[in-house]
Amino acid sequence: MSVNFIPTSMKLELNDQQKMIQKMVREFAEKEIAPIAAELDEKGEYPTKILKKMAKLGLLGIIIPNEYGGAGLDTISYATVVEEISRKCASTGVITSVHNSLVSWPIMKYGTDEQKKKYLPILAKGEEIGAFAATEPNAGSDLGAMTTTAELKGDKYIINGDKTFITSGPEAGIIIVFAVTNKSAGTKGISTFIVESNMKGYKVGSIFEKLGINASKTSELIFENLEVPKSNLLGKEGEGFKIALSTLDGGRIGIASQAVGIAQAALDESIEYSKQRQQFGRPISKFQAIQWMIADMATRIEASRYLVYNAAYKKDNGERFSKEAAMAKLFASDTAMDVAIKAVQIHGGYGYTKEYTVERLFRDAKITEIYEGTSEVQKMVIAGSLLR
Amino acid sequence: MNIIVCAKQVVDASEIKIDSSSNKPILEGIPKKISDIDKNALEEAIKIKEKHNGKITVVTVGSADAKERIKELLAMGADEGVLIPYPDKYDYHIVSTLLAEAIKKIGEYDIILCGEASTDLFSGQIGPKIAGLLDISQITYAQSVNAEKDKVTAERNMGEKSVTSESSYPVLITVTKEINEPRLPSLMQILGAANKPINEWDIESLVVGLEPKIKTVELKGVSMDRKNIVFENNLDDSVGKLVDNLAKDGVLG
Repeated sequence: MSVNFIPTSMKLELNDQQKMIQKMVREFAEKEIAPIAAELDEKGEYPTKILKKMAKLGLLGIIIPNEYGGAGLDTISYATVVEEISRKCASTGVITSVHNSLVSWPIMKYGTDEQKKKYLPILAKGEEIGAFAATEPNAGSDLGAMTTTAELKGDKYIINGDKTFITSGPEAGIIIVFAVTNKSAGTKGISTFIVESNMKGYKVGSIFEKLGINASKTSELIFENLEVPKSNLLGKEGEGFKIALSTLDGGRIGIASQAVGIAQAALDESIEYSKQRQQFGRPISKFQAIQWMIADMATRIEASRYLVYNAAYKKDNGERFSKEAAMAKLFASDTAMDVAIKAVQIHGGYGYTKEYTVERLFRDAKITEIYEGTSEVQKMVIAGSLLR
Repeated sequence: MNIIVCAKQVVDASEIKIDSSSNKPILEGIPKKISDIDKNALEEAIKIKEKHNGKITVVTVGSADAKERIKELLAMGADEGVLIPYPDKYDYHIVSTLLAEAIKKIGEYDIILCGEASTDLFSGQIGPKIAGLLDISQITYAQSVNAEKDKVTAERNMGEKSVTSESSYPVLITVTKEINEPRLPSLMQILGAANKPINEWDIESLVVGLEPKIKTVELKGVSMDRKNIVFENNLDDSVGKLVDNLAKDGVLG
């Protein structure tokens, strides 16, 4: 794996290969995603066709090793892909992030050879989309409070319980599910399973009506005596909490990248609009009030991007990166919201209408402060790491 | 089938701004890319290769940083690249001579594909000049190409009409933008491009004593001053006056 992005030498620049990937994905997003993103959002339509095209380009198997049909790329390349996709459609961005970070990665990291051979090629080719089912109605930030149970009966685990807010829930074919196998062991009693949507007892519940990222379908999943082969236990029994936390560390790099993409799009739109919009006889970009907003927006985006690259760099080099990933997610998501608010403000009344992209970006930005650990949870992670 | 594609690195014309005081284009710091129509030429080459097998070599005359652009073409599907380092001075005579000499050095070829013109200066001279220097047949402005075993047929875009031409090999074909939609490389192809060779051939190894024949005298923006005539009377009067004025300026037929 070649990563020339070396903060230690203070050369904060993508290497040539990463730049080429970024350019390819930017062109793809411009050509294939941008023209239909608003329509998908309005109709709440899952971007199935886009995902098929992305699969052909290898974008659903970015981090999956070559031997399993993926591109085997580094996390910085992955972050640039998620950013560029999210710049045109935040819904497709989160689907990509979940599929790679939260589904493919834990199988790569904790899966047996058989599990890897069975599931990674399917995920890399995009034959099935992945989902991550940890959150429950009463167990969000506090994952330890989950009540879904898994009981070993013969050669099968029988899983019962409800999961909620599952990205790609109604569309996913491979789902990473967390359930309690030993009630008395607390967080050490949680285990992880690779579930297929066609397994007996698997049901999709309600699909949520959301403020934003409407093209990524989010639903409940209901498990009624869901039968999962014993061989689909991911890692060991009781390792689930550890698997969830380590997986979410990587997921945060994906969501932070999504946030950077949304923010960059809001800045792009604002620059273009402010140069065209005339008030008081000149473009509004000539007014200091607008210039200062643009300057603040660009500065925060740049800082966010480097926080993302830093966390990704540490991950690729086998260093601890929980704190850095939490910082990147905290700052980038806050930036996305802040930048989106300013972008709507710069657009004035037009920015409040669906005619302009910033309206969608404004709605899409908010979720980045909530899912895969709220901003408050990120602060818990950061402080916990500092005050250990 | 051996195919050679000539590709040029150009500045991204959509990013060029004109300095309002000097009326000159600001070319510094503008991102560079492969001229769009040259990518159409490569796409056509890839399609021909998919049908007949063979090898695609991309040849570029340009500054050293064009190597990065050549890598993009290798990722798209070319097999080998040749860069002839030459400062961007836009002399058609030198560039076409260098390309022709490089093609001679490559030796075996059936089809040479070029864009009809580059998106920066759009002279359209390079393809025909190469064909002349190599003394081979040429088909220009192809909007579709059908390569068969012993001959190639191409439909030429002539504006309101089209002409279908046929040629034996070797042949040089220039293509138009409409001919196809260039593909994007997949992540795997981008990774694979790193292992494909890019050879650098010095000018001196190809030809000696080249002197420019054409000099670019000036490069300036086209100024479009608005007349700012406002018709403020009632609507019927204003429309009448507007039509009169447009007719006077020769805008209306």
